[in-house]
Order: sequence, then C-alpha cells, then structure tokens
Amino acid sequence: MSGLPLLSAEQMASFVARGFLRFDAVVPDEINQQFMDAIGEIAPAVPGQKLRRTYGEILARADIPQVGAGKPLSGTYPQGSAINRLLNLPLVAGAIRSLVGEAPVFDHHFLHVTFPPAYHEGGESVSQHTHQDSTIDPRQAFDLQIMYYPHKVTRPMGGTRFVPGTHLRKVSEVALGRYQNIRGQQHMVCEAGTLLFLHSGIWHGGGVNLSDETRTMFKVRINPSRTQVRQFDLETLKPQTEQRPIFYLKGPLPPSVEQTLMTPESWFEQDTGRLEFVNRIQLWRYLTDDPTYDADYWLTRLENNPAMA
Amino acid sequence: MQRQKVLVLYLANSALDSPVVAWAVYDGTGSTRTMAGDQDEPPFATGLAALKAGWRLFQAAQILPHTRGQEFELSYLKYEFFFEQLVEIDA
Repeated sequence: MSGLPLLSAEQMASFVARGFLRFDAVVPDEINQQFMDAIGEIAPAVPGQKLRRTYGEILARADIPQVGAGKPLSGTYPQGSAINRLLNLPLVAGAIRSLVGEAPVFDHHFLHVTFPPAYHEGGESVSQHTHQDSTIDPRQAFDLQIMYYPHKVTRPMGGTRFVPGTHLRKVSEVALGRYQNIRGQQHMVCEAGTLLFLHSGIWHGGGVNLSDETRTMFKVRINPSRTQVRQFDLETLKPQTEQRPIFYLKGPLPPSVEQTLMTPESWFEQDTGRLEFVNRIQLWRYLTDDPTYDADYWLTRLENNPAMA
Repeated sequence: MQRQKVLVLYLANSALDSPVVAWAVYDGTGSTRTMAGDQDEPPFATGLAALKAGWRLFQAAQILPHTRGQEFELSYLKYEFFFEQLVEIDA
C-alpha cells in the first residue's frame, strides 16, 4: 500500500462516468497566498497596450518554472514552492496515484489569466470556444489535468466551463466550437483552494470575465508512465455477484458502482447515450483489469455469440 | 436591408419534436453577441417549438450508417438542425 488516501471505488466510478472530480477549498490559504505571491501583482490595464504583451509580462515574471515536457512530475517543482506543496498534499497525491499510477510524468502546465473588459481595448470580451485539449486521442488510457483555483471565483468572473460526461468522445480539439451551450454544463464558481481533476478528454473552455477583477487558474497535465490499473483503494471495490435487474424495476435501486456508471447526463442523445454506457463499462474494465465486468447487461448481450462458442 | 439570425439546435434524436440537448445562436444583425457558456437553459424545448416560434429550418443532419468496427466510437453531436430568421435592419 502507498499509505496515501486513495480514491474509493465510488469516486473512481464517478470519474469514469463523468470525467471529473471536484474538491472544494482543499488547498490551505497559506499555499494559495504563496501561489498568488509567486505570480505577482497583475498591472492595471494600460491604454493602447495589447493584451498579448500584458500576458507575456505576467508569464515571464511569475515565479513558476519553465519545464520541458516528459520529465518526472516529482522533480518538476522546487521543494517548498506552492505547486510542490500542493502536489504533496495527501488528498492530491492520493488522487494522482489513483488516477495515473506510480511515477507520473509532467506533460505541461499553464497559467490561465482571464482579464476583465477594461483590458480588451479595441477587442471583445468573449468566452473561449468549447474544446477538448491536445488532439484526437484514441487511447483507452488517459491523462489527468488538475485545475487549481488559488482565489475565489464568482459567476461574473466567468470560471472554467466544462461538460460532465463528454470525456469519452473522440473529437479534434476545437472542431466542436460551434456548440455554444450544452445541457448540464458547469461553471467553476468556487472558493479559493478548489481543485478540479479532469480526464484529459473532457470538453471545456474559459468563461468570459465580466467582473472588474482578474481571474487566475493554474493547470497541470500529468501522464501515466506505468500502469493506471487497480491503483485506487481496492478495499472499497465490492465484488459483483450478479447483474442488476434492468428496465422493469419496482423502485429505485441502491447506490452502487453500477448505478453511478449507468446514470446519464442531461445532454445525452437517446441512442448514443447507450453507447456512452458501453464506453464507460469498457473504461471500468480497463481500470479494474476485469475483462468480464458488465453493468446492466450492455456488453454481456453484445458479447453473447453462441455460434462462436 | 435584411440580416440573418441563425439558431442551431442539437436534439436527442433525429425527430424534430425531440428535446434540445445543445444549442447556439449567431446574430447577423449585431444587436446581440452570443457566446459559449452564456445560457444554461435552451431557448426552445424542442426543434418543433422553434418552428412554432417562426424559425425556418434550412438544414438537418443526415442519418448515416455506422462504420463497421467503429460502432461504439462517439465524437460530435449527431442531430444538428440549422434554423434562420431574416431580420430587417436600418440601412
């Protein structure tokens, strides 16, 4: 055992189904303040100055290292720095271990600063188009993206927008930018020290900042380097003894991994929502190393091929 | 002079009277500026409701067969319907 507080089977099932785990106000204020100090004061809007230049000055000045991709995460941030301390919080280290396994690798990080309208002289204050990060990713494996909110985010400040349950769709970055709004979309309005752990496939975008305060979010992308399989708290994984009854139910079924995996999102199309269930079951099989696992008989039915027996 | 307003609805299945699951509005008159994440509730419950409100359908997604071996691959939203309104504006 790692000794870390690993994610439970229920938390893992929720991540598999919805593509995120949210932890509100879990980073101590002292680390939040240390991080904000590392960024430094963000200068007021300068008339005539391009926003790109303002942003470039912030990135250059911030006490955040420029790091090559593909290095061990453990050596990425100096001991005692805010992000190093954050990554070593037991909750954070346990979640990373559960989701991407031992010896994770640093992919990239970025300081997202979203500016109030006063900074957009001659331009427009608009939200970022919804997109999936990186590029088309056909893997069953996934990367982890940690979004860190070092200060309180109010609704007028925008917040990261994301759509639960979109992470298993294979799309090409911002090709989906046409979809302005999707049922069930969430906006990260939160207290300081909140963390959002995202499957790398989740659809998301930065919300427009209509307040008079700058909004800051720090993102770290982490790759697995060994196995992602059976890294969570296996003591919480109950053996499946039989399939649940389906369709004809006399009342609600009790909470379970299956119940979590089979809960649809409000944006699901009626037919492809069932394919989402199939894909969730496949991801659960991968993470639990159980090629016979099923929920609500979706794959058992499809894999029943007597002529091949 | 006329300008086009475009409404894009994504429905739960290929029927126009099925529920809206996603949507977008692009306003060629310039009187409104819509953008990603600006509305958490859809402007219409169904595509049919948009027709009843006077929006004109001009394009609907085809229903395509599934490629063998890729039946479970999901990507973009499937049931896309484009509507328009022509709006008079001052010259």
